[in-house]
Parts: sequence; C-alpha cells; structure tokens
Amino acid sequence: MALISRSTSTCAPLFRPLTLFSLRHVSTDTSPITVDTSVPFTSHNCDPPSRSVTTSTSELLSFFRDMSLMRRMEIAADSLYKSKLIRGFCHLYDGQEAVSVGMEAALTKSDCIITAYRDHCIFLGRGGSLLEVFSELMGRQAGCSKGKGGSMHFYRKQAGFYGGHGIVGAQVPLGCGLAFAQKYSKDEAVTFALYGDGAANQGQLFEALNIAALWDLPAILVCENNHYGMGTAEWRAAKSPAYYKRGDYVPGLKVDGMDALAVKQACKFAKEHALKNGPLILEMDTYRYHGHSMSDPGSTYRTRDEISGIRQERDPIERVRKLLLSLDVANEKELKDIEKEVRKEVDEAIAQAKGSPAPEPSELFTNIYVKSFGAEAYGADRKEVRVTLP
Amino acid sequence: MGGNNTEPFGRSSPPTSSSPFRSPQPLPPTTAADTQASVYSSSSSSSVSLASPSSVLPYVFLFIFAACVLIGFVVVVKMLGIVRRQASIGGSPSTVLSEALRVFRPAVPASRNYSSAKEMTVREALNSALDEEMSADPKVFLMGEEVGEYQGAYKISKGLLEKYGPDRVLDTPITEAGFTGVAVGAAFQSLKPVVEFMTFNFSMQAIDHIINSAAKSNYMSAGQFNVPIVFRGPNGAAAGVGAQHSQCYASWFASCPGLKVLMPYSSEDARGLLKAAIRDPDPVVFLENELLYGESFPVSAEALDSSFCLPIGKAKIEKEGKDVTITAFSKIVGLALKAADILAKEGISAEVINLRSIRPLDKATINASVRKTNRLITVEEGFPQHGVGAEICTSVIEDSFGYLDAPVERVAGADVPMPYAANLERMAVPQVEDIVRAAKRACYRSSQHAVAA
Repeated sequence: MALISRSTSTCAPLFRPLTLFSLRHVSTDTSPITVDTSVPFTSHNCDPPSRSVTTSTSELLSFFRDMSLMRRMEIAADSLYKSKLIRGFCHLYDGQEAVSVGMEAALTKSDCIITAYRDHCIFLGRGGSLLEVFSELMGRQAGCSKGKGGSMHFYRKQAGFYGGHGIVGAQVPLGCGLAFAQKYSKDEAVTFALYGDGAANQGQLFEALNIAALWDLPAILVCENNHYGMGTAEWRAAKSPAYYKRGDYVPGLKVDGMDALAVKQACKFAKEHALKNGPLILEMDTYRYHGHSMSDPGSTYRTRDEISGIRQERDPIERVRKLLLSLDVANEKELKDIEKEVRKEVDEAIAQAKGSPAPEPSELFTNIYVKSFGAEAYGADRKEVRVTLP
Repeated sequence: MGGNNTEPFGRSSPPTSSSPFRSPQPLPPTTAADTQASVYSSSSSSSVSLASPSSVLPYVFLFIFAACVLIGFVVVVKMLGIVRRQASIGGSPSTVLSEALRVFRPAVPASRNYSSAKEMTVREALNSALDEEMSADPKVFLMGEEVGEYQGAYKISKGLLEKYGPDRVLDTPITEAGFTGVAVGAAFQSLKPVVEFMTFNFSMQAIDHIINSAAKSNYMSAGQFNVPIVFRGPNGAAAGVGAQHSQCYASWFASCPGLKVLMPYSSEDARGLLKAAIRDPDPVVFLENELLYGESFPVSAEALDSSFCLPIGKAKIEKEGKDVTITAFSKIVGLALKAADILAKEGISAEVINLRSIRPLDKATINASVRKTNRLITVEEGFPQHGVGAEICTSVIEDSFGYLDAPVERVAGADVPMPYAANLERMAVPQVEDIVRAAKRACYRSSQHAVAA
C-alpha cells in the first residue's frame, strides 16, 4: 500500500460528521499530499525522479472520474461496434487510461501530444467531448473530424492534439517535427509522441530520434508498452524489449503505466528534462484488456488468466479507488455514484450522437485543398458527379 | 530560457574526438545579423562609369542633354507599356504611376546583379525565389541533405546558410523518412518547411509522409489543420545515372488528391512557381530537372520583382499554332519547341503547351487548344503506363471527343528501367524526332499514311 502523508490530518476528524448532512466538498481540496508510486522508477542514462509524488485529493478524484469516464466510453464503443454502428477499425484503450490522465496532469494545452490509432482517450484527455468521440466513431457531422476521419483520425489542434495516425510509427517523426516547431517558435513547450511496443522497432523512429538528439528538440518519446504488437508478444518482435534503453545515448525512464501518479511524475520530469537537455524516452508499462482492435478477440495469443490477473492486481482505476478510500476522501457509495454519473453521461452522449446526421454529400469534396484554384474533382461516374472544389 | 534550447539546430563544432574525415575547420555559426551575402557573382554590372571631364565643356553639356532626351523617351515608352498592361488586366489609372515607380525602383536588393540582357539560369531563379520567400516570411525554412554547408548538392541553396543561419537552413542526416516526417510535423504547427530531396528517387523512402501525413491530413481532420509544405528537388532522367536515379514521379504524385504538383521549365516558371508553392497553404510537390539547372532563359522585369508569382493550375502556351497541339512539361518543353520549329518548316503549325501544373491540370487550356487544332500529342519523360499523357488523353476524350480528327498520340519514356549505355539511354527517353513523327501521324502526314492512301 502507498505511504501517505497529509498536511490536514489533524483536522480530518472534525469534518467527518458533516458528511451526514451534505455532500463532501473535498473534491475542491487542492492542498498538497504526497503519495508514493507503486514501484520506483528505473532509469537509463539519467537520474530517476523521486517516487514520492505531490498530488491533492481533488486531483486524485479527478483521476478517478476521468479514468472511469474513459473506461465507460471504451466499453460503450465496444457495444456500438458489435451493433455495427461503428465500422472499420476500432482500437480500444481500456486498461491504459492511467497514461492519458497522468500525462494530462503534468502538461498544459500548449504542450503537444501525438499518438497512433488508439486515440479515443487521449483525445478526451485533451479536452475533447464524448459527443465528438461517439459522433466521429459513427461517422456523423458532430464528430471531431466531421465524420470524415473515423476512429483513427481524431484531432484537436486548439488543445495541441495532433492525432490520430493510422500508419504505425509515422507519428514519431511527426511528433519530433512538432517539437521542432516549438523550438523554432521559442514556445517553451514540449511534445509527447506516443507509440507502442510494436512501433518501437520502426526505422523512422530511430531516424527521428537521431534528429531530435542532434538538434536538441524538446521531444519526449513515450512507448506505451502493452506487451503485444497486435498478436505478437514483445519478446517475439524485439531482440531487446527494454524500450526505455533503446535510445542508447538518449536517456530513458521505465514507468509503471498503470499508476497514474507515476505517469504524472515521469511526465513532469520528462518535460523539465526535454526543455533543457533534448529528447527523452519514457516506457510506460501498461496493458490493454481488449484485443488489438475489435476484430481481434485478444485471447488467441494470451491467456484469460493473464488478462484477469492484471485486472485484479494492477487495474489503474482500482488503484486510485483504493487510494481514495484509504485517504478517506470518499466512501464506496460516493465512488459508485461517480461511476453511475459517468455511465449516464456516456449514455446521453451516445443518444445525442445517434441523433447527429451523416455528413452532407457535398462534404465528400471539401477540405482537399485550402486553396483549390478552381480545380475540378470527380465522383465515380465522371459525367454524373463533377464539381469545382471549394 | 533553458541552456541548450538557445543553441542553433545542430552542432556549431564537431565533438572533441573528431573523425579524420571531418574538415578540421568547422564553419562558425552565423546569425541573421550577419551581412547579406551576395548570391550572385558580380558579372557585368549595369552601372556606367563616366569618363573624367575633359576641357571641352560644351560637348559635355550636349551629351548630358542628349542623354536626358533619351531617358525621357524611354520613360514615356515604359509608361505606355504599363498603361497597356494595366488596361489589359483591368488596373485603374491611379495604379499606373505606382506601377511606373515600381519599374524604376530597384525591385531586388542592391547586392544582386543581373547581366544587362536580363537572362537567368534556372538555378539562379530557384535560388532567388528561395531567398526572397525566406526573407519575406520567417516561418519558411529549408531542410535537406547538403543544403547548408555544402551550398546545395546542385548549388540551388547557395548562400542561404550564410544569410539565414543554421536555424533556418538545416543539413539533415541521410534519413528521408525521418526528416520528411519531422518537416511535416513542423508544418502541422504552421511553419512553412521546404524539404529538398537530393533527387525524387529518394522521396520513395519518405512517400508515406508525403501522402499519408501531408496530403491527407486536411481532409482527415475536416479542415482543422493544413500542411503548408513544399517538397522539391530534381526529378526524372539526368545523364547516365542509371535505373535507380532516373525515374519521373510526376504521375505518381499527381494522382493523389490533396497534393499539388508543379513542374517548371524556364527560369520564369522556376521563380514564379516556387514562390507560389512556398506561399501555398497546401502540400506541393515541386519537380525540377537537373539538366535544366544550368540553362539560361530571358526573364521579364516583372518576373524579377519579389512579389512575382505564377498561378497554380494554369498552363502556358509557349508557341501558338493551329494544326496540332503538343502538351509537354519540364525539360520536354524544350524538345517540343524544337519539334515545332521542324514541323513549321514542313507546313505543320504546332501549338506547344507548357503544362507547368500537373495537379491541378489545366484542362481548360488543353481542351481549348484541342478544339482549335483538333489533334493532340502528349509528351512526357516518365513511364508510359498510367502516365500524365494517359490522363490528358482521357480528359480530352471526355470533354472534346467530337473535336478530335485523329487519335491522341502519346509520346513517353520507354517502358523499361533506365539503362546506362548512352545509345540505350537515348532510346529510353523521347527525342525531338519522336515528337515530330507523332505529330505528323496525327496530321496524317506520316509515311505509313501516305502508303495506305
């Protein structure tokens, strides 16, 4: 269990009777408390940060709420996919929520995040709404990409979220490019480029890392190691699955990715490091409960015992729940209420998204160019559908 | 600000354990405050040096008077020219004076000297375009192999590192996939990268980023962000460089929605189209030709102005004609013009269209020309199957079928990887005689038609 110290512990007994008469207001309590991470950090070519993380009860409650929201959203997406309202690819993030919320706790919206196709929760973490998520998944106008992107192409530029990329590994050079632009424009901000253990062997990753190290770019490469690249376990794909060491001259940190506080601490450390010393690799030891995508049952290459074992021992939401209970921030009923609230929110968003219409046919030809110079485009039957691009 | 974050990109000096292959004297880092480098060698200047005054003063006064009359005459003629041009493009009389002033105000920085005949090589044209656009917009930067200290593999970026510093002219390692991705990511954040591929054969290593990351992003994000990037470099066959270094990528890139593909021929094309490409908010593939870099073309005063820009999507009729239309782009335009001269001697008046823009293709100009001449030859250097000519042919059939008096002729590179041996290489690319022969066929003037008749 985590070691805890709390500055207001002497006052706690005085507040307890109030819960009988009113809702607890501890969700707004931002006074600092310190919690230890599950395991210490392992580092490569650098000094690891301390495992004592400064947080607050309100932050912990927000972790719980946000992760529950993400979990519920992904499970709802599973049902929608099975009822054929979501088509094509659908890569779910449940189990990995701690990486998204921990990262958001350490960053601002002027920092950038870029990831691959397992992007629904990252989008939510960057300030996206449930309506935008479900509408985009179902290909409707209210979607974040107006229904034209789909599951793998969520973007939120105003919050520094650059997608949403379907080609494995491509997002890493793009992320280093975002960092380049931040340095060029003297933004004093960093970019977190997320990739999986499957993408960790991509050549372009090492090309981009070389450039980032050579040019001192404020780029942090985050390997979300869920131990399976689609159906291939990490030990079958990588000669060296110590992804945090693969940067060689680039320092690395291995983090328990199921512990939101450890993720927060590591990201905070990484941001400070990158602004001064250039790129860093973070390896988040995490796990996905679903298969690679909705077409993958996820049980042919791993045992059900393994999956349920992780769920029992390391589930990120359970960890925070236990912490909140032990800190007496909330009781079981209050946490269950939060989960019910979250479920209701998700259901309402789905209902609203279902009401959103499909894109107008004219949208087929929009956003190809910013400036089209009057160029023409054609439909399948060129005599039937011929438009001047907007 | 943090320590290393203020360092220019890349090292200013080699590491202490220097390799024997590195030059012992690294170039010092430059800043934008450094004096502007003269890009052009001071060739024949247009300044006139007056001889020392002689004792025969009246003759001096007479000479000055005559000079004033001459200058006055030139001013009047130029003003008339401007009025005519302004009238033809619908300009108001009030702009005539400002136009006149513009002609006489130095249009380019004083350090630049052009030969008095106002000719410019394609290399100089590209260099000046890059220089002017980098000067006008601090978000424009150049990235590629050897673009900086080496002054450019083909010297296109000569002098730019000295002028703009290593923050804006970046030498990359030989990692096309990596640095192209980095450039596209920078464009996501509204910078304006110009990525140089040493040749477009190497763009295949980066083609995923060009198509999937650059071309499609505006569409996939439903307009949330655009990608104002330019990919430029030599394309197509050079001389004797073999199969892996000679491919033309025009048709591959031009088939992709979301990309624009421009291919200059003359120096004016090079200047105007590159400036347009850099200013364009969409990804542009700018295909140059190595063999054209050293060729000199006359340039108008308008083209020398730093605001000069050619419209994207508009072809140019290089030579008007009435019997047969020949479409060409890049180096082949030169061959088509030579073919047109030969055809003219045989009584066939060929209209030569320099496409300039492969995507969007100027179908309006092509079709208008075909409706006038009723015959079409498409000429290109690249592989014939699924090429640019195939697209032009089909588009003309769709829009102007009734106007065709002969089947469309398609002249292209041979359907083979480029051989090295000089005689085979010659057979693998279109020659002037191929264009002439095809044009005659379209006019039913070839020997086989004579026999059949």
